[in-house]
Amino acid sequence: MLKNSMRAKRIIIREEYCMGCRLCEVYCITQHSKSKDIMKCYRGEEPRPVSRIYFEEKGPISFALQCRHCDDAPCLYACLTGAMYKDKKTGRILHNADKCVGCWMCIMVCPYGVIRPDFEKKKIASKCDLCVEAEFPACVEHCPNEAIILVDEEGNRMKKD
Amino acid sequence: MAKAKKLSEFRVERDEEKCIKCQVCVRMCANDVHTYDPETDTVRADSFKCVGCHFCEDLCPTAAITIEYNPTQTKENAHWKRESIYDIVKQARTGGILLTGMGNDQAYKNYFDHLVLNASQVTNPSIDPLREPMELRIHLGRKPDKIDCRLQMTEEGRKKYQIRTRIPPQLELEVPILFTAMSFGSISLNACKSLAKAACKFGTYWNTGEGGLHRDLYPYAHRAIVQVASGRFGVNEEYLERAAAIEIKIGQGAKPGIGGHLPGEKVSEEISHTRMIPIGTDALSPAPHHDIYSIEDLKQLIFALKEATRYTKPVGVKIAAVHNVAPIASGIVRAGADFVAIDGIRGGTGAAPTIIRNNVGIPIELAIAAVDQRLREEGIRNQVSLIAAGGFRSSADVTKGIALGADAVYIGTAALIALGCHVCQKCYTGKCNWGIATQDPYLTKRLNPEIGAEHAGNLLRAWSLEIKEMMGGMGINVIDSLRGNREQLRALGLNEVELRLLGLKHAGEAW
Repeated sequence: MLKNSMRAKRIIIREEYCMGCRLCEVYCITQHSKSKDIMKCYRGEEPRPVSRIYFEEKGPISFALQCRHCDDAPCLYACLTGAMYKDKKTGRILHNADKCVGCWMCIMVCPYGVIRPDFEKKKIASKCDLCVEAEFPACVEHCPNEAIILVDEEGNRMKKD
Repeated sequence: MAKAKKLSEFRVERDEEKCIKCQVCVRMCANDVHTYDPETDTVRADSFKCVGCHFCEDLCPTAAITIEYNPTQTKENAHWKRESIYDIVKQARTGGILLTGMGNDQAYKNYFDHLVLNASQVTNPSIDPLREPMELRIHLGRKPDKIDCRLQMTEEGRKKYQIRTRIPPQLELEVPILFTAMSFGSISLNACKSLAKAACKFGTYWNTGEGGLHRDLYPYAHRAIVQVASGRFGVNEEYLERAAAIEIKIGQGAKPGIGGHLPGEKVSEEISHTRMIPIGTDALSPAPHHDIYSIEDLKQLIFALKEATRYTKPVGVKIAAVHNVAPIASGIVRAGADFVAIDGIRGGTGAAPTIIRNNVGIPIELAIAAVDQRLREEGIRNQVSLIAAGGFRSSADVTKGIALGADAVYIGTAALIALGCHVCQKCYTGKCNWGIATQDPYLTKRLNPEIGAEHAGNLLRAWSLEIKEMMGGMGINVIDSLRGNREQLRALGLNEVELRLLGLKHAGEAW
């Protein structure tokens, strides 16, 4: 039996409950920092990681968008070096920074616009990995209004227990 | 002095050591307390705007914010309290009636806090609710004076009882707690949905208030008590048909004798549809029903509604607890009401003049005892169910209310607290940060009805378990045996007049 996070497949967005607090970004940044500690990460850690969440807002409507981990992911086809790859076990689209040459083709083809460039290192700065290292995606865990939820492959809601 | 004194009730303390400048507080405060200054990279707070709702404090990821009472000591004395001084300053500046929200916050004597419950020892057994059945189910509605029951022999030669009396329509509740009338308008649709869902799941009822029944609430309408109030908002055939019961609202505990006023800014397209009034117009509920000036007039409306629903639904009347509550309730029963809801002085509101809320009406504890006593003396207690409302804070209050003579209890503020309300009493501003008492689309989505329904349901569950424990201790296994069972109550520190009115013995007196 795979761990909860391993079976995790999709983050579902429910914009009708998103209140626009952007706590998902705060916790995404913390989760992808070296220390994984909110105070250390925000007060002193350089460079501070970039949020992997794309927060959209217009009028009262807002939502937090992450990589959709497409079944047929255009970024995989566009990647020259194989840096962008699909994890066979979990179906996640992940990024290997060592192989990345910074051609940014993935950014060009991503239909959701959820990959960010890193202008300094000429690589890919951020792309949601569904928090591989953690038990549960940080944004879902900390959303105060359950506006983003995690579902498994069959579409069943998964909760952190 | 032309420049008036600045009044700040709260102080926003930000621990700079902890603040990570994520600006969640800046984005979330509907009162614009927090601001971010990019030049100095600091988050600042304007305490004068703070209403003390604690939304920012709850969301702050590093617990850097503390909202506390402003410690500045306005010179006050035993007579001139800070609130009185501040109210005068406000009125001197504005020249208007002061408004407020929620229930009475004055330090009137709270009779619930002076009542204690009984428990069984030696001579009668207590009951363990975890091991033995415990019945909280009640039926609200008119009960017949006697039941004509005939014994019949079936064709197979078996005995069978047949009830010949026509039983008037009843509401069946799994727990003697209902969600009180809070209209769509005074609270958000998500708040209505949360309570409606919880009521349906738990087998109790919710109340539409006088705001009509929004179409999104149709799936929960079979457990809705719909109100017919002085403004007649949203009342049509479908509204009455879909409901489980109908309540004629005469008065409200927070503002007896006062009508309602939903400002035009809150009358959005959805509310205009539901209330059947034009968008942006003020929804004014007159103080009296202009067709009810006597018990006889009330009888006409009760029976008009019963006729309209072909006598299939209970029709009740809600009144505020006032000095003459017992004779009025008696009149209402004689006018044909199937249940009477009585709202005490601590009943909540979305908006009311402060002076009315704080000074008009009587406590619900005294009203329950007075009405129950009067109806029993007149021999008509069985003809009506009595629902008490107004400031029930815990399962103990509910149990004491039932022991004093109520059939069931309406909860409003307690239910809203379960949804997130922090009792800041600013419902009338329409800027509820918790998404409850507001119609602002930026704010209403903050209340996720899935979470709300779960929390409201949890509250009902917790209270019902506690009520069972208290009943078990008293050796009672059916809530009907507790109703009006004042021997289970004793008073602590009440004078003889109070004991007489409540019909109670003082603690220490045996049976």
